[in-house]
Amino acid sequence: MMTKRIIPCLDVKEGRVVKGIQFVELRDAGDPVELARVYDEQGADELVFLDISASVEGRKTMVDVVQAVASELAIPFTVGGGINALEDMKRILRAGADKVSLNTAAVNNPDLISEGAAFFGSQCIVIAIDAKYDESIGTWRVYTHGGRTPTERTVIDWAKEAVERGAGEILLTSMDEDGSKQGFDIALTKAVGEAVSVPVIASGGAGNAEHFMDVFTKAKADAALAASIFHYKETGVGEVKQFLRNAEVNVR
Amino acid sequence: MIGIIDYGMGNLFSVSKALERIGIPYIISESPEELNSTIGVILPGVGAFKDAMARLREKELDQFIYQYVESGRPLLGICLGMQLLFEESEENGLFEGLGLLKGRIVRIPDRDQSGDRLKVPHMGWNKLHFHQDAPVLEGIEDGYVYFVHSYYADGVEDSALLASAEYGVPVPAVVGQDNVSGMQFHPEKSSATGMQLLTNFAKAMERSEEIL
Repeated sequence: MMTKRIIPCLDVKEGRVVKGIQFVELRDAGDPVELARVYDEQGADELVFLDISASVEGRKTMVDVVQAVASELAIPFTVGGGINALEDMKRILRAGADKVSLNTAAVNNPDLISEGAAFFGSQCIVIAIDAKYDESIGTWRVYTHGGRTPTERTVIDWAKEAVERGAGEILLTSMDEDGSKQGFDIALTKAVGEAVSVPVIASGGAGNAEHFMDVFTKAKADAALAASIFHYKETGVGEVKQFLRNAEVNVR
Repeated sequence: MIGIIDYGMGNLFSVSKALERIGIPYIISESPEELNSTIGVILPGVGAFKDAMARLREKELDQFIYQYVESGRPLLGICLGMQLLFEESEENGLFEGLGLLKGRIVRIPDRDQSGDRLKVPHMGWNKLHFHQDAPVLEGIEDGYVYFVHSYYADGVEDSALLASAEYGVPVPAVVGQDNVSGMQFHPEKSSATGMQLLTNFAKAMERSEEIL
């Protein structure tokens, strides 16, 4: 039986991990490779690196980071941020990433999904969706540009289209819950999971181990992503997994 | 020295990095001559079955593989590389494989036996169930490994089925017959368990060196 995946997310800026990381035992908390190794040892099933570099140099540095991580890490990892064209996907995948994650670029140019899937296979293409509930339309709306720009698309329709075009996975972030630490968005995750035939990674709102159990059992998420609770050592990947094991959720 | 067969369809980088981590020297090559200087080869692979077979034939690597296996040295197919070892595949038509192992590559059903929907590809960590002892499985206790695939090997002979994983159907995960072996998952992405599996293959390789 498949296990539910726990995926820590690291924000990388100009080649360094940002957000106050509190792994006291680390010599250099900003080193993506060292952090990746720590998460691997804790039992993370996968990692996501989000490149938030603002500069062209920062983007180039990301390739070096990807190469270094791939040399050190024996678990799958996804790279997102700043991937706008097939060439960007090639650069990142050839550097050793297992998957690329597309967000705004895919909304602006959905053909990018089809092109990427045809070239590298669907298993490499993750579509990241930033979702916010909109009462006026009674469903969730897709936002782009890091959640700043509302679009005309609804989340369910966009997720379906992305999968039809060849997306192999959906990384679904609830803007309503993100940063709240009140738990993942169960209704959103469940709705998208039922609408598509590919795995759904729930993101946004993780505050404790119980929240992971809820999103796996109530929303049937395939994987759950979190950043700050792991970074700030509020809980560890190992502790979350132990909790899930005790609750008879199947984890590695 | 281990050889990684480069026929343009591989995740060569992650396989080679995994070998570096466990300290096994390797070459990546598409040249039968160069590959013939090794004591074991890995056939990696990501992509479509038909394209992969076409490329192997184009580069005459299919003939190389037959001769290599005939020489008694170990061959390990990973993911699509494992599927290529079988007789044929139903991926986008019916295509002939290398035929080193008996069986056919078929699509993972989209419903399990109780009618519940299965997500395809089979993506993520799944548990290995062991069917028989084999040197390649030595020291594997916590058998979770990372899968990404939409097709699986059907009709594998009992004698060749070393381990499987449950995903609606029993998915053959580790297969092996004499010096030919295959892993449907990605050992190079399967953390410590995957590294142990690759180390075991390397040990088998060393034994073949004694034979040669």
